[in-house]
Amino acid sequence: MRRFSRTERGLHWIHASAFVALLATGLILYVPYLGEVVARRPLVKEAHLLTAVAWAVALSAVVVLGDRRGLRQTLRELDAFDADDRRWLRSGRAPQGRFNAGQKLNAALTAAFALLFAVSGALLWLGERDTRFRFDGTIVLHDGLTLLSVVLLTGHLYLALIHPTTRHALRGVTRGDVRLEWAREHHAKWVDGTPGPRA
Amino acid sequence: METSPSRGPDARPYGRRAFLAVTALGLTSLAWGRPAWQAVSGATKPLTDALPASLVPSSGWRIYTVASSMPVFDPATWRLRVAGLVGSPRSFSYDDLRALPRAEQVSTFHCVTGWSVPDVRWAGVRLSSLLDRVEAQPAGSVLSVVSAERPYVDTLTIEQARLHDVMLAYEMDGRPLPREHGAPVRLVIPEMYGYKNVKWVERITLGRRAEPGYWEQQGYDTDAWVGASNGL
Repeated sequence: MRRFSRTERGLHWIHASAFVALLATGLILYVPYLGEVVARRPLVKEAHLLTAVAWAVALSAVVVLGDRRGLRQTLRELDAFDADDRRWLRSGRAPQGRFNAGQKLNAALTAAFALLFAVSGALLWLGERDTRFRFDGTIVLHDGLTLLSVVLLTGHLYLALIHPTTRHALRGVTRGDVRLEWAREHHAKWVDGTPGPRA
Repeated sequence: METSPSRGPDARPYGRRAFLAVTALGLTSLAWGRPAWQAVSGATKPLTDALPASLVPSSGWRIYTVASSMPVFDPATWRLRVAGLVGSPRSFSYDDLRALPRAEQVSTFHCVTGWSVPDVRWAGVRLSSLLDRVEAQPAGSVLSVVSAERPYVDTLTIEQARLHDVMLAYEMDGRPLPREHGAPVRLVIPEMYGYKNVKWVERITLGRRAEPGYWEQQGYDTDAWVGASNGL
C-alpha cells in the first residue's frame, strides 16, 4: 500500500541528510576534542553554512517542483488531531490514520525546530557582521535545539530501525509502500479509506 | 493550510498549534534563553564537571579559533617579544615570564556571542608591570598584541593595558594554561569581550596608532567594553 509520495520521500531524505551533515560539522565546532583533532575551524564553519544553504534550497526546490497538492493534503493530515489521536496520546491504543498522533507531533516539532535552527543560525551569521542582529540568547537557542533534536532523532531512529513492530515503516519512506497487514494494524483508519498520497 | 481540520467534526488543529507554540517559545528565548540557561547549567554543573573537558565545553567555555590549526607550545623555543616604542626591547622565555612577579585574580570571562564563564581563576603577569620592565615610552599609546595563531591580532590603548586587572595569564583554574585556551600565555582583560583577550600571545608591540585587529576588520568595536559595545 502506497504511503509516501516521491515528493514526501524527497523532503524526508533531504532533511535527514542535511541534519546529519549539519550535526557533524556543528559538533566539530562545538566539542573541544573534535575541534582540536579536525582543526580547520574556518573551513568547517564554511561547510556548516553551505550545508544550511543547500538544505533550504533543496527543500524549496522539491516543494516547488514536486506534488504541491499532495503536500497540502499531508499538511492537513498532520495538523488534525481527532478524538482517536487524543486517545492514542493518552493510552497508545486507538485506530490511527496515515500518521499516528506521535508522528504528527514529531512533524510539528521537527518543522518548528528547523525554522528556529534557520533563524538562530542566520542571526549568529549576521551577528558576526552587524551588532543589531546580536541577541543574548541566540547561541543558547541554537545549542538547545541541537540537544532537543538529537533526543528526538534518537527516538525516531529507534522506532524506524530497531523497534520490531514499527520498523517496517522504514520501507514506506525508502520505497514508498508498506505491507497491507502492517498498515491495517498500525494505521487502520487510513486503510479504511482516508485518502493517501497519489503515486 | 485550511482553517478547518481535514476530517471529522472532532478534529482539532493541534499540529499547527504545537508548531506555533514551539516556534514562539524558541523565538522569545532570544531574550530569556541566557539567564534560563545559566540557572540550568548551575544545577547541572556537577554532572558536566564529571565529564571530560575535551568532550563537553566545560564550565561554559567555547573554543574559537581562526587558523587551520592551534599553535603548539614548545617551552624550549617559545619566546614573548616585546618591542616598539620601548626603552629596552626584550624577548622573554617561558621561565623568564614565570620568574616575574606573579599576580592572581578571579574574574568573569564574557564572549560577545553571548556566553560567559564566571569566576575563572587566573595567574600570570600584570601587563603594566611588563610594560614597566621594558620601559614603555610615553609616545607609545597603543599596544598590538600578536597571536601565534595567524593572522590573529588585537590592540589595547595604554590606559586599557594598565587597568588593574589586565594580565598575561599562564595559569587557569590552578593549572598551566591549556592549549585550547592559548598556551602558554593569553591576554586577560575582563572588562572587555573575549575577542580582545588574545590567545597564544607571542609578540607585543608599542606604537602610536591602532591598526584594526582581526575582528575589528570584520566590523567589531575596537573598544569592546562588556555591556557597552557591539550593540549589547
